[in-house]
Amino acid sequence: MSETTLSGSKIETETVVPAASGKKAPKGYSVSTLPGFSVVAIFTFFALYAPIMILVLYSFNAGTSLAIWEGFSLRWYVQAAGNERVIDAAIRSLILAGASATIASICATMAALATTRTRRFKGRTMIYALINQPLMVPEIVTAVALLIVFAWIKVMTGYTSLLYLIAAHTAFCIPFAYLPIRARLETMDDTLEVAARDLYASPMQVFRRVTLPLMWPGIIAGFMLAFVISLDDVVITEFVKSAGQETIPTYMLGQLRRVVTPEVNAISTIILVSGAILVSLFFWVSRERR
Amino acid sequence: MSDMALNTPPEPGALELEEAQQDNRSRWLLALPAMVIIGCFATLPLLVMLVYAFLTPGDYGNVVWKFSTDGWVSVLLQRDIFDDTLMWADAHLSIFWRSLRLSLITTILTLIFGVPTAWFIATRPREKRQFWLFLVTVPFWTNLLVRTIAIQELIRSEGVINLILLKIGIIDEPIQMMFTDFAIGFGMTYVYLPLMVLPVYAAVDKLDFRLVEAAHDLYAGRWTAFRRVILPLIKPGIIAGSILVFIPCLGAYVTPRVLGGGKNLMFGNLIELQFGAGRNWPLGAALSLTLMAIVMVALIYYVRVTSREREDV
Repeated sequence: MSETTLSGSKIETETVVPAASGKKAPKGYSVSTLPGFSVVAIFTFFALYAPIMILVLYSFNAGTSLAIWEGFSLRWYVQAAGNERVIDAAIRSLILAGASATIASICATMAALATTRTRRFKGRTMIYALINQPLMVPEIVTAVALLIVFAWIKVMTGYTSLLYLIAAHTAFCIPFAYLPIRARLETMDDTLEVAARDLYASPMQVFRRVTLPLMWPGIIAGFMLAFVISLDDVVITEFVKSAGQETIPTYMLGQLRRVVTPEVNAISTIILVSGAILVSLFFWVSRERR
Repeated sequence: MSDMALNTPPEPGALELEEAQQDNRSRWLLALPAMVIIGCFATLPLLVMLVYAFLTPGDYGNVVWKFSTDGWVSVLLQRDIFDDTLMWADAHLSIFWRSLRLSLITTILTLIFGVPTAWFIATRPREKRQFWLFLVTVPFWTNLLVRTIAIQELIRSEGVINLILLKIGIIDEPIQMMFTDFAIGFGMTYVYLPLMVLPVYAAVDKLDFRLVEAAHDLYAGRWTAFRRVILPLIKPGIIAGSILVFIPCLGAYVTPRVLGGGKNLMFGNLIELQFGAGRNWPLGAALSLTLMAIVMVALIYYVRVTSREREDV
């Protein structure tokens, strides 16, 4: 079940084994051409990027209006950078994503070590199912379930801190961190580790000097994925956060209720750019293994 | 930790058996932190919610610890204010219907745009495919809220689409697109399109083009070859993609909230309402569990389709 979860398919498609393509068709008549498909595809690529581009473009608009272009300016970036609430939310987002992604990738690394390169053992399916559970439940359901439990704890203890958010984020980040780490481990054979053991390395030495360096790209990829997922989360954060604990996405969601200023565009652009960089890095890191 | 990498199944024997048991134990210990965190902060809350679904709503939100099945009853039914008779909760039904309808429309739209796109990528030279796949994947990993805001920019009354249409002179007054079902469907199609492209791409990639050639040799036109040969072969990918799009649509919360406004609620927004202004936590819990059950059924179907596909290969 675990292999077929939402993001599983995303990553698996990346590593599809080349199919036997057989002999090529005679030139001039390609069986792989379907009328109109290329046109629709090119339109789709255009449509995927056009709205984002417009958003980015208008973040540089000098005017207050979102509609009329009044010249290039960094005014909204300056305003966002000067807005204490934005800075506060940004710092909180980064702390939250950093902490959650770190804990999640450590847990995911351990879990991946436990579930790969082994024969079937009792309870492995259960471990798989549990680790992937957050992917199988709609976010809004997890969010209200956490709201119920945390509201109860908050009333009982009167304790409100970022820990609730870190716990919630860590839980849904683990499956995302787990996927690339497991993928990496599965492509590693154990010859080097066996060799290290033959040369009298202690188990700890084998792990530290051989296993860990080999699986490092997977861990980095898992960390980045978890970081992006945590940074992007709105739904669970919105329901779990205590008063005043805005993150960048919840701040923006709150702003959308009022008059939208290009400031939101400026913040969006920063998120887009940093997200795109992280995702590109992720691709680059996970590409290394091939 | 040393027996971590044991790859070969041990021969039956007392010593090996003991070793295997020890191996099992260390594996469980390693998996424990992940399992505890997910258990406590994802699985356990669902069980608590199951309990809450059978309690009585408190006056100011939360619950009173008194058993009641009202939460479940009011998923579909409502009591008349005057004579207490039960009747269909029309407000809920219309929201369920909107969720279902918009999810289906979104799935169909992502099929219309996604299948040609997947086909296009899969028929590029192998070394160029990574680039096109990358182009599809990047928007998917970028912030969902930001992409929804981008759609909002596009379809607002002062948005780009209206601006262009006004300039050309097709319309005299901006079309109201925000806060309509159209806006939600449009936004969800945009946001979830990559979920359709990727599995369909995987299916087309595995397609044996010799079969298509054979169809052409037997005088099938392009359309007949597509309908009779290609489509049946990539069907598992299409089904997988459809379920992958349908599931998040059904549980969508952010996109309908931003683009649909306060009137055009979907399932997810109805759930939120119960924990906010509605002050009916048991109903919210019951609605959540209902949504979860529907999603589970779809997921089980998805797993069956994809595992069957794997067996075929």
